[in-house]
Amino acid sequence: MTTVAHPSEHTTHAGHELPFIRKYIFSTDHKIIGIQFLLMSLVFLFIGGLLAMLIRWQQAYPGSAIPGAAVLPETMAPGGILLPEFYNSLVTMHGTFMVFFAIMPLLVGVFGNFLIPLKIGAPDMAFPRLNMWSFWIAVPAGILMLAGFFVEGGHAAAGWTAYAPLSANPEFSGVYAGQKLWLLSIAILGLSSILGATNYITTVVNLRAPGMTWFRLPLSIWALFITAILVLLAIPILSGAAIMLFFDQTIGTHFFAPAGGGQPLLWQHLFWYFGHPEVYILILPAMGMVSDIIANGSRKPVFGYHSMVYAIIAIAFLGWVVWGHHMFQSGMNPTLGLGFMISTLLIAVPSAIKTFNWMGTMWQGNIRFHVPMLHAISFVAMFVIGGLSGVFMASTPVDIYIHDTYFIVAHIHYVLFGGSLFALFAAITFWYPKMFGRMMNPFWGKVHWLLTFVFFNLTFFPMHSLGVYGHMRRIYDPTQYEFLQPLMGLNKFITVSALLLFASQLIFILNFIGSWFRGAKAPDNPWEDNGLEWTVPSPPPHGNFARVPTVHHGPYEFSAPGVAEDYLPQSSATRIAVPPAEGRRVEP
Amino acid sequence: MTHAPVMRPPAQRELGAGVYNEKLGIWVFLGSEVMFFTALIGAYIILRFATPGAFAEPGKLLNVPVTAVNTFLLICSSVTMVKAFAAANMGNLKQMKLFLLATTVIGAAFVGVQVYEYTHLIHAGFLPSGIREGSELAELALAGELGLGRPDPAIAGIYGSTFYTMTGFHGFHVTCGVVCLAYATTKAFRGKYTQTDHRGIEVIGLYWHFVDLVWIILFTIVYLI
Repeated sequence: MTTVAHPSEHTTHAGHELPFIRKYIFSTDHKIIGIQFLLMSLVFLFIGGLLAMLIRWQQAYPGSAIPGAAVLPETMAPGGILLPEFYNSLVTMHGTFMVFFAIMPLLVGVFGNFLIPLKIGAPDMAFPRLNMWSFWIAVPAGILMLAGFFVEGGHAAAGWTAYAPLSANPEFSGVYAGQKLWLLSIAILGLSSILGATNYITTVVNLRAPGMTWFRLPLSIWALFITAILVLLAIPILSGAAIMLFFDQTIGTHFFAPAGGGQPLLWQHLFWYFGHPEVYILILPAMGMVSDIIANGSRKPVFGYHSMVYAIIAIAFLGWVVWGHHMFQSGMNPTLGLGFMISTLLIAVPSAIKTFNWMGTMWQGNIRFHVPMLHAISFVAMFVIGGLSGVFMASTPVDIYIHDTYFIVAHIHYVLFGGSLFALFAAITFWYPKMFGRMMNPFWGKVHWLLTFVFFNLTFFPMHSLGVYGHMRRIYDPTQYEFLQPLMGLNKFITVSALLLFASQLIFILNFIGSWFRGAKAPDNPWEDNGLEWTVPSPPPHGNFARVPTVHHGPYEFSAPGVAEDYLPQSSATRIAVPPAEGRRVEP
Repeated sequence: MTHAPVMRPPAQRELGAGVYNEKLGIWVFLGSEVMFFTALIGAYIILRFATPGAFAEPGKLLNVPVTAVNTFLLICSSVTMVKAFAAANMGNLKQMKLFLLATTVIGAAFVGVQVYEYTHLIHAGFLPSGIREGSELAELALAGELGLGRPDPAIAGIYGSTFYTMTGFHGFHVTCGVVCLAYATTKAFRGKYTQTDHRGIEVIGLYWHFVDLVWIILFTIVYLI
C-alpha cells in the first residue's frame, strides 16, 4: 500500500466557543478528558484511603467501635464495630479501588491523555471522539463498582484477585449481587482501557510532530506508549476471565467451580497472566514521568537515555513470562516454579539499570529541590525498597514463609504507594500549572511531601516485621492467635501512623482545590523545562499548537554547552555550540 | 495488494506506520481482540484436556453439516468484502455497493443460522450449564450415544460452558460487524464513499476478515476435533 499517514489536522478553535456541555462534560479535548479522569480517580483514591483506615482500625483495636462509624448500616458495622463479612469487603474493595479506579486511571487515563498529544506536538488524540467514549465508559463502571456497597449481601468479598471458587459460588461467601457487579464493572472498565490504549498507540505512532523522532521522545511518552501496549494485550485477558466468572455466577456455567468439573486454578492463571503485566502498567508510566522530572530538577540530561528506553521495553517483555510467581503456593510443579523464579529475578536487571540511571542523572547536578523533584527522589528511594523486597518474594524458598503475610502487604505498598503514588504526586504537582493555569502553593506542597514521606515509612516499613513474624495478610482479628499477641503494639503504631498519613493528604487536597481558584497565575514554562507542552500557554487552547512545532532537540538538553539558559526547549532553533558528547544526539 | 491511490496529501509529520490513523487503529484494536479470544480459547483447551470425558465425540451432539454450510457462508462473505474494497479502489462504485450489500446479507444469514442452531440445541437439552436432566440429549447420553467419558449428563457442563461462551462471543462480534456493515452500506448508497476516500470500507473489512478467521479456528476446534 502506498497510503500515507494523514493525521486529522484540525486547526485551533481560537475564537470559536463551544457550549459548556461540549467543552467540559462531553468534551473531545484530550486535556479536558485528562482532567476529568484526574478528578474521578482522585475521588476513588480518597475512598480507597478511607477504606484502608477502617482496615487499620480493625487491626489495631479489633472489636472496638470506630469513632463516627455508627453512621454505617447494621449490615456493615453495628454500633461502629466492623462485621467480619464487611471487613472482607473492605479488603477487597480497597485493593480494587486503588488498582483499577485510582492508580491505573491516574497514570494511564490522566497522564496518557494529557501528556501524549502535548509532548509529541499533536493537536489532539488520533480519535478524539473515541477518547471521550473511553472516559464515559469508565464512569458507569465506577458507579457499578460503588453500587456494590448498597446491595443485599454486601460487596464483593473474595479479595481484589477474586479467587475462585470463593468468588464463583455465592453460597461460599454469602455475597450475591456484589460479586456480579464487581465483575461487570471490571469488564466495562476493561473496554474503556482498551479503547484508550488503541488511541494512545495510534497517536504516538502517527501524530508525532516533524523532528520528533522515536529517540527524541521524552521517556514519559516512551513509558506511556509501552504501557498502552501492555494495556491493549493484558486487559482483554482479564475481561475474558471476568466474563467467564460472571457466567459461572449467572447462567450456570462451570469454568471455575470444581463441582461442575471446572478448574479453580484456571482463574488464577488467567488473572495473573493479566495481573503481572498490570503490575508494570502501574509502574512504567510512573518511571517515565519521574525520569522527566529528575532531569528537570537536576538540570542535566537523563543519564543513559537509550538504555532507559530499552529497560522499559525489557521490563514490559519480561512482565509476560513471570505470572506464575504469584502462584508458587497454589500448587505448581517445582521445575516450573524454578523457571518463574529465574524470569522474575531477571526483571531486577532492567529495574536496576533505571535506578542507577536516575542516580547518575542526579550525580553532580545543579539540583533544584522543587516539590515535584522531592516526590520524584522519594519515588526512586521507595522503589528501591519495594524492588528489593520483591526479590525476597521471587525466591521460591523464601516465599514459602512470607507468602500471604504482611510482608506482601509491605511490598505492594512500597511499590504502589511509595512508587506509583509518589510519582503521581510528582507528576500532578509538576503538570498542575499546565493543566489549570495556576501554580500550586510550594510551601504547603513541601509540608505535604515531608509528612507523607515520614508517615508512609512509619506505616509500611514495620509491616515487613509483621510479615516475618507470620501475621496473616487478610486476617480479621489478629488477637485470635496467641503468637500474634506480641505484635499488637506494632499494629497500633502502624495504625496511628496510617491515620496521620491519611490526615496529611488533606493538605494536598486543600492545596489542590485552593490553588485551582487562588493560586498564582502560571507562566508558560514555570519549571524551565524542554518539553513541547511548555511552549504553549498554560492551560493550552483547544488544538494545543497555533502552528505545528518543529522539533530540533532531544528532550533533555539541560545545561547544554554554548546555550545561554540551562535549558533548551525541544522546538528551539538554537544550536548547541560545541560538538556533542558521546551519546548526545544533536542535529541541525 | 492492489495499489491504492494516495488518499490524502502527505502531512508534515514524522513518518509513522505509513498508514492512515483508522487503519492503524483497527490493527491495534484487533491485537486486543486476539488476546480476548486467546483467553476464551485457552480456557477451552485447558478444560478440555483436564476433563476429556466432558466433551461429546465430534458430530454426536453438534450438527456439523449445518455449521459447515454456515462456515462456507462466512468465508464467502469475506470474499464479497474483498470484492467490495477492490471495486472501490477501481472506482466501480456500483459494484462496491452491491458487494457491500451482499456481505451484510450473508453476515446476517450467518447470525440467523447460529440463532437457529442455538434454539435447536437448547430445545434438545444442551445448555451452558450442561445437559438438562430428562431431556432428549440426556437420554442419548445415558445410552452412551454421545461418546461422553461417563454416561452422566451432568459431566457435560464444561462442554456447554465453553461451547456457548466461545461461539456466543464470536456471534456477538459478527453481529457488531453486521451492524457496522449495514451502516457502511447505507453510507455507500448515499454516495459517501469515493474512489479516493473509502477508508471505512477497508477498516470494516479488516475487522470482518478477523472475525472470519476466528470462526475458522473455532469451527475446527469446537466442531471437528
